[in-house]
Amino acid sequence: MKPASFSYLLPKTVPEAVKMIAEHSGDARFIAGGQSLVPMMNFRLARPSVLIDLNRIPDLSYIKDRGDYIAVGAMTRERMIENSDIVRDMCPLVHDATLNIAHLPIRSRGTIGGSISNADPAAEYPATMLALDAFMVAKSERGEREIGAADFFDGVLSTSLEADEILTEVRIPKAPANSGSAFIEISRRQGDYALAGIAAQVTLDDDENIIGIQLAACGVGPGPVRLNQVEDGVRGTTLTAEILSNAKEAATAAVDPEGDVHATAAYRRKLTGVMTERALRKAVLRAVGKK
Amino acid sequence: MVTVNGEQISGSAEPRTLLTDFLRDELRLTGTHVGCEHGVCGACTVIIDGFATRSCLMFAVQADGSEIQTIEGLASAEGEMHPLQKLFAKHRALQCGFCTPGMLMTAIDLVQSSKKLSEEDIRIGMSAALCRCTGYEGIVNAVSEYAEQLQDEEASNVG
Repeated sequence: MKPASFSYLLPKTVPEAVKMIAEHSGDARFIAGGQSLVPMMNFRLARPSVLIDLNRIPDLSYIKDRGDYIAVGAMTRERMIENSDIVRDMCPLVHDATLNIAHLPIRSRGTIGGSISNADPAAEYPATMLALDAFMVAKSERGEREIGAADFFDGVLSTSLEADEILTEVRIPKAPANSGSAFIEISRRQGDYALAGIAAQVTLDDDENIIGIQLAACGVGPGPVRLNQVEDGVRGTTLTAEILSNAKEAATAAVDPEGDVHATAAYRRKLTGVMTERALRKAVLRAVGKK
Repeated sequence: MVTVNGEQISGSAEPRTLLTDFLRDELRLTGTHVGCEHGVCGACTVIIDGFATRSCLMFAVQADGSEIQTIEGLASAEGEMHPLQKLFAKHRALQCGFCTPGMLMTAIDLVQSSKKLSEEDIRIGMSAALCRCTGYEGIVNAVSEYAEQLQDEEASNVG
């Protein structure tokens, strides 16, 4: 099908964009990469009367090293992120997650800010940002605020962004020394949305005890799910077979997914455990390998 | 104003016109196919500013100022086929041909943007385009040989 008619606005700067959304709030939508919004418009599941296109705001596309964290502009495309040395070296979990996003031609156009503000429960970036305790920067005519990932994701396709706000930047803490990470997901076909996926980062001490663990799941809840109880069971241990098996069990119990045409709820729960086990093992191996 | 296959073209489109439809209906470049219209099948894939992109997930107005390469631009003006087109013929990498334009545009970006591709990398990369005839073996073989050709060229340039 084809999209319904809309008015098209093309801001060149962030202040212009926030002014436009304030004027049209309610019936206007921002379009970033459009890789989720345009299909919805083609199906007429979304019919915004005003579309504010962010693709010509050059100030929103960058990857910067800011000491403790890297700052990624909201309109930075996934292809740029997967090819970034800064991201691969300093936030390897983000690099890993990016390679799991859809297919190459989708990543050519898809953006980090679009994925995060669309907040699809099965998407890779929301779970990754939740695991890494990233911060989202939102701007409006009222000012600027920084929102922690735990407060940002707010249910199915929902975030704590206000109607007049625009996501401008994502601040991702750098991976600590002696850490390793892995993003693992399973889907029916390569490139499809995950039935279940896990973002994991572990930090080891000199004796290979796990002193830091960050785990979040996608595809198995109304939004990304931080697996606090699983983290508690692993923190302070070395990853023995028993700890790993307990973690797998705890992850299975920690989520409450819904079943759909792709997989039953029980199968998604089971996959959450299996993905947790695989991601943890890989993350620890990578951390050990770095030392 | 867009540059399509090296030629500067201007046209007008209402905002909701998809780039696919603009290419096909306005510019009469019907080699770019329309399949699913939601970014899954890959039949509409074109190369925009060097990156393979779904033309059904972009509005024509968004391409203003871009350089677009479509299937029509692969062969030379004299009609000499692009190396990958020759390899598709050699490996019998098409049956009904519907997916072929998207397959070629996807493969060109995949191969040109990667340093070294294993067969698995090629299968993962080419999963961006669906062939309903399921003739994937030939497609993977053709893309593999293209990747080897480019690597050999690069090696001889360095050497």
